[in-house]
Amino acid sequence: MELTELRKLRNFTMNFGPQHPAAHGVLRLVLELDGEMVIRAEPHIGLLHRGTEKLIEYKTYLQAVPYFDRLDYVSMMCQEHAFALAVETIAGIEVPLRAKVIRVLFSELTRILNHLMAVTTHAMDVGALTPFLWAFEEREKLMEFYERVSGARMHAAYFRPGGVAQDLPLGLLDDIYAFIVQFGARLNEIEDLLTDNRIWKERLVDIGVVSAAQAQAYGFTGVMLRGSGVAWDLRKTAPYDYYDKLSFSVPTGLNGDCYDRYLIRVEEMRQSLYLIYQCLNAMPSGHVKVDDRKFSPPSRANMKFSMESLIHHFKLYSEGYSIEKGETYVAVEAPKGEFGVFVAADGSNRPYRCRIKAPGFLHLQGLDMMARGHMVADVVTIIGTQDIVFGEVDR
Amino acid sequence: MEFTTNQQNLTTVLGYLTHHYPKFILRTNLAEGYGIVEVNFSEDMMDFFNMLRFDEKLLFSQLLDVFAVDYPSETKRFQLNYVLLSLVNNVRLLIKIALPAEDAISVASIYPSAVWLEREVWDMFGIFFTEHPDLRRILTDYGFEGHPLRKDFPLSGYKEIRYDEEKKKIVTEPLRLSQEYRYFDFTNPWKNSNENK
Repeated sequence: MELTELRKLRNFTMNFGPQHPAAHGVLRLVLELDGEMVIRAEPHIGLLHRGTEKLIEYKTYLQAVPYFDRLDYVSMMCQEHAFALAVETIAGIEVPLRAKVIRVLFSELTRILNHLMAVTTHAMDVGALTPFLWAFEEREKLMEFYERVSGARMHAAYFRPGGVAQDLPLGLLDDIYAFIVQFGARLNEIEDLLTDNRIWKERLVDIGVVSAAQAQAYGFTGVMLRGSGVAWDLRKTAPYDYYDKLSFSVPTGLNGDCYDRYLIRVEEMRQSLYLIYQCLNAMPSGHVKVDDRKFSPPSRANMKFSMESLIHHFKLYSEGYSIEKGETYVAVEAPKGEFGVFVAADGSNRPYRCRIKAPGFLHLQGLDMMARGHMVADVVTIIGTQDIVFGEVDR
Repeated sequence: MEFTTNQQNLTTVLGYLTHHYPKFILRTNLAEGYGIVEVNFSEDMMDFFNMLRFDEKLLFSQLLDVFAVDYPSETKRFQLNYVLLSLVNNVRLLIKIALPAEDAISVASIYPSAVWLEREVWDMFGIFFTEHPDLRRILTDYGFEGHPLRKDFPLSGYKEIRYDEEKKKIVTEPLRLSQEYRYFDFTNPWKNSNENK
């Protein structure tokens, strides 16, 4: 073939997924490649779409709670938190202090649970398996706390509108204390393997750089926004439940690359430990759900001799409670970013509309912007740093 | 790190909006933690969003959510909601637009995050966004028909898919339920007890 002949070159189009171990679930990514460089990355999502928003319209407020566990299935309680707060706001219910502290305590445990998963699966995608195994040991301890408090390791359905499902079992707080005392050392071990690791840094530094302006334009929240140097954390800027009484700092990044976001996640886990410590010390006594029989069920003991309690229990678990017409949008700082719930009530016992704003949806939209000009292997790093979970992206 | 309280900023921002841009705004409201701005649907809606995004006093740099609510009994059936966040002022706004028809205008040229959010609204409600760069379905299956979050779309849908062992591929068939969807109506036939309070 003549060397001078003009040849038409076509970019190579490749399917990444829908089944790929580094895709964190069912993501079909259509990559347009020039050699090994990504020209365009187009995520096709919806493979895990279960119609959560539609289903909730057909369920009572209480029956809707477990759907929130199943959205982002590694930060369960934070999502229940948003729904509980939303329903309480419309119904105008003030939650007892003990319930608020318990919720913050478990939200922070959930944050550790999520970030352990995020950091170490990210490390696994990049090639380091060991931290993943160590972190799962710690996650197991955290899920044991979940189990002791709610009976389920993952899908707890523990935060209910009006408080939490049941009081903490005896001795749980001591065990949580024992956990946080040793967990700092476990984090150090994970950091020993990663933070100064040459391979880890080569794979992460200057990969997927997002400027502060880009992060805002693409609607990034949480670590993705803080990584770009924007100090924004809903626990500080719009504190809910007990967060306004607690002190903690919000780590931000300098360069907006994957490595900064990794460091932020590790630091957030340390901050969570501090928050949990404060919650343990501040834990007041009192009710764990609102003392209103039209809204929260009576105790088992009462039901044994009080007809009134028995009727209330029956009505609450069959009809549920009705909420006056109204609507609200409530956002919480879930581990992945701003998790928002919009609930519209129409006076019946079911939500008229429940909109779930998942942080991962917008992060994944930014994947194309972040991956352009990078190598194929870096796409894996970027998916990892975004901490994508398809339960919430597809809903 | 110090963050200003948002309630104070919120009233300032709402006052600023009604004072400077009255022609777009129907009414404003304060809600728990955010402000509600009801806006008339008009062709120059884009100017309104441009102003929210770039006005020095407002700087709503983040569009965090776009979603619709379906009210089939009303003349303006679809209500479109935008969640905007100003990081500088620490103010959150919920912009509400009652759509006269099934069309809206895309804000993707101002907020890149709107692209997927509006695709989702199109997918779920069938609201068409003019000037949208890439208006395709996003969450439902390839080749899906209908708009599932509309109130007149049944919970079970119309089609079911299964793997056909003989054809060795996935086939789509009209839905056949062996049991009807059971809708338990537990609501109290008597007057709501909360009303006598």
